[in-house]
Amino acid sequence: MLSLLLAQADTFKTPHLDYAALSPELVLTGVLVAVLLLDLVVDETRKYLVTQLAGVGVLVTIVPVIALAVNGDDRSMFAGAYVVDDFALLFKGLFLATGYVVLLMSTRYIEEGDYYEGEYSFLLLAALLGMVVMSSSRDLISIFVALELLSIPAYMLAGWRKRDLRSNEAALKYYLLGVLASAVMLYGMSLVFGASGSTLLTTIGEAVSGSVGEEPLITMGIFLIVVGFAFKVSAVPFHFWAPDTYEGAPTPVTAFLSVASKTGGFVALMQLVYVGFYGRADVWGPLFWVLAALTMTVGNLVALRQTNIVRMLAYSSVAQAGYILVPFAVAAENPDAVGTAQTATMVYLVIYAAMNLGAFAIVMAVARKTRSGEISSYGGLFNYAPGLTVLMTIFVFSLAGIPPLGGWFAKLAIFQSALDAGTSNAVLLAVVAGVNSVIALFYYASIAREMWMRPVPDEDRTPITVPAPLAAALGLTAVAVVAVGVYPQAVARLGDLAQLATG
Amino acid sequence: MDWLDTWGLSAAVFVPAVGVVLVGLIPKDNEQLIKVVTLATTLVTAAFGVALLANFDYGSTNALQFEVDKPWIDAINSRYHMGIDGISLPLLALSMLISVLCVVYSWDHFPEPHNPKAFLMLLLVLEVGMNGTFVSQDLILFFVFFELVLLPMYFMIGVWGGPNRQYASIKFFLFTLFGSALMILGFLALFFKAGNTFDIPELIANASAIDHETQLWIFGGLFMGFAIKVPMFPFHTWLPDAHTEAPTVGSVILAAVLLKLGTYGFVRIALPILPEAAVSWAPWIGGLAVVGIIYGALGCLAQRDMKRLIAFSSVAHMGYVMLGIATLTDFGVNAAVFGMVAHGLITGMLFFCAGSIQERFHTRELARLGGLLIQAPKLGWILGFCAMASLGLPGLAGFWGEFPAILSAYQPAPGLSEELFRVYMVIAAIGTVFAAGYLLWMYQRTAFGRPKEEFEKADIHDVHAPEWIAWAPLLVLIVALGVYPRILFGMTDEAVQTVTAAFASLGG
Repeated sequence: MLSLLLAQADTFKTPHLDYAALSPELVLTGVLVAVLLLDLVVDETRKYLVTQLAGVGVLVTIVPVIALAVNGDDRSMFAGAYVVDDFALLFKGLFLATGYVVLLMSTRYIEEGDYYEGEYSFLLLAALLGMVVMSSSRDLISIFVALELLSIPAYMLAGWRKRDLRSNEAALKYYLLGVLASAVMLYGMSLVFGASGSTLLTTIGEAVSGSVGEEPLITMGIFLIVVGFAFKVSAVPFHFWAPDTYEGAPTPVTAFLSVASKTGGFVALMQLVYVGFYGRADVWGPLFWVLAALTMTVGNLVALRQTNIVRMLAYSSVAQAGYILVPFAVAAENPDAVGTAQTATMVYLVIYAAMNLGAFAIVMAVARKTRSGEISSYGGLFNYAPGLTVLMTIFVFSLAGIPPLGGWFAKLAIFQSALDAGTSNAVLLAVVAGVNSVIALFYYASIAREMWMRPVPDEDRTPITVPAPLAAALGLTAVAVVAVGVYPQAVARLGDLAQLATG
Repeated sequence: MDWLDTWGLSAAVFVPAVGVVLVGLIPKDNEQLIKVVTLATTLVTAAFGVALLANFDYGSTNALQFEVDKPWIDAINSRYHMGIDGISLPLLALSMLISVLCVVYSWDHFPEPHNPKAFLMLLLVLEVGMNGTFVSQDLILFFVFFELVLLPMYFMIGVWGGPNRQYASIKFFLFTLFGSALMILGFLALFFKAGNTFDIPELIANASAIDHETQLWIFGGLFMGFAIKVPMFPFHTWLPDAHTEAPTVGSVILAAVLLKLGTYGFVRIALPILPEAAVSWAPWIGGLAVVGIIYGALGCLAQRDMKRLIAFSSVAHMGYVMLGIATLTDFGVNAAVFGMVAHGLITGMLFFCAGSIQERFHTRELARLGGLLIQAPKLGWILGFCAMASLGLPGLAGFWGEFPAILSAYQPAPGLSEELFRVYMVIAAIGTVFAAGYLLWMYQRTAFGRPKEEFEKADIHDVHAPEWIAWAPLLVLIVALGVYPRILFGMTDEAVQTVTAAFASLGG
């Protein structure tokens, strides 16, 4: 047996490595190592240098991404398992920008909370590397590796407040359900591999559209993989971990999980569904329809009853995931709508990142004074922190989709994809989404009502000091939300450019 | 003037937005400067409005003038397309006028919790949304401006409103958003069914290709969006709450301009783009309109709060406007547009009066008021004048909105049932009797008799300068339009004929 394997060894050729295409990953890996080394040499009082290095490193990593985008060539390695095209670059850019904002948000939080700073930055960068790799992965194995690389550091980050029981609970729940999801997904992948004979998404795509498409193994495999990712993006009924994890985890980590980690799941889903499984729309289409309708409705209804702001934002992000699932469901209804559906998902993910990060940044800023996550602690915020109030108002009403704030265009893109498909199922889903956006307005507006219309609960009107990095995070996200709302073409264009070719 | 052709409308819409930024830069304590800058902004905006009025070509009011058409969101083929015709112009002018007057009126009585900076910034944002809606010729642009008014009005009611303000503000917000969610689905359906465009003039040309059943559904979506905004019975329940709780200026803007966004949507978008569906829907719209007339009037008779009474009278008055629209005739739609402007002037004035009465007596309860003509005779006479205008006294503006609308129901567009509309006509005519009833009843209880004991010794001052400045233009216009309605009919007629031309041929 061994000799048989060894006999094959001489046919192995070194794969061609395109270092230019890999430059973002290489730079980020370099930063990762540098952060770890710097953490060893600086003393306790100057740990902030580590976070600063990480932040600068992420910004530097964006440079090769932009260079590759300007260059514009599609580059492919390992027989198509790793592709650097506009789609990959769009999401690499989004992940890095998100990562930078999260680092800005984390800076003081981790320092003041007396948590390990160096390791925190290191793990965050490692997860970020996983996401950057995910954007390019067009192969079952590389998708799985990227997914684990982005998940495992996140399990640890969720438990970073190690002396807090709820943080421990958060990490444990996240870990157990994450591993379960991975197992389910991996089983599905093995079935798909077994039936199609390949791990390459393009080859799987051909097989699924062709001879083996009708195999029950494929059906089962697609089902299990989608369910696995439904855990990752916290779609109902696989969302139970999300509120507990979000509430217990340190707030910047929660922001990271609800934006970057979720986007990572959706990126993988887009690649799997549009490139790999496109031929079996009859399997994943109805599945996504049900997931989308359930996720929107349950997420919004449960969010109505929350009294803790982080839990409310957790359920809100569950509901937002439901909106993002809509284009998948309608793309299955009508092949002509695949283009609009992909654009809608991408547009939504980009806008969602800005508005959700902004909302969490406000939660952190306010918690610096009130030391509370209760929504009632926001009472009368307008009286002593008008700037923060206006920004939070912008973020929550953007999440609700009110023009002229960015979220309206995200919602419009979702509706547009549904009506482009035009079938009765698609239009029905759009109506469900429309009704849901009205339900959602109620709890988003309740935050605004607390801030603008209620009295200050304990008459403590000391102004809130916002540290510079957090202020920068707020500024970046707010400008993005308003700019996109007024001139949506900026993101809509990106979505049109970065289409995946369906298999 | 070339610059007016290219920049005029954009300036009319976005000068208030510049004002928002300027006011935002002024420190909160410098209230005088904040007020001056806001007033200057609204005046500059109104100056652009005057320039537009002066340079408007009244010979061809059916053509879009001062048109701008620039790329905006290429990805969905939505364009920055603005233009005004004879229907938009008077409403745009009304919106600008009301904005100026509201700033003047609030000069030295800002409602609690004071904060003029935030209040005036919201007022300017509102003006951007209102002006923008009336000039948009692209559905997505229209939608953005249509929704832009929600946030400032939500905060205006919720922060500066009466005791039940939080409930009223969220109710207003949720109702309107529900309508617009269905409306935007209708817009998108139009986009995909009628040649991938959001451009209103293009859609008017293309939409006849859509099959009848789909048209009916799309019209249903648009109907929900506009009818909730109008508001038509049975979607009117947000209105009395919002009006009653809103601060005076908020009520005035709500009554004078925001309600018109809904009726304007019918005339600008729903009727011309989907004429066939409009014919099928018209009997229902007319029916709801007359139910609204009677229901609103009966509602008025049951009110104890003056502001709530005026709010219910809005439901009835908007019923006349919608009845005019539902006849689908040139006559009816002209009456409707006139009714919109007249209702804006008169009900706006009534809310100003109610606000001033509340400021003096600290109550709006009809049972506690009385003897206004003794304590503040000028205010009393103005209130009486507005009540007369509101009940449709010939010679004042209200008459020309109400009477032709009723008359037009005698002969609806071909294809509509004459018998049915004649029944509507009779019901609407009975409604005017009720209108006279509740308005005179209100006037009697507030103005006649002797002041109630609790206010006998109170120092009630009469109309003062900011009030005179804010009210005089409205009073003058109510008389002017009443005596010489051609000012407005001359502007709207040709444009309305273009809208209704489709119906004359449909039934044939």
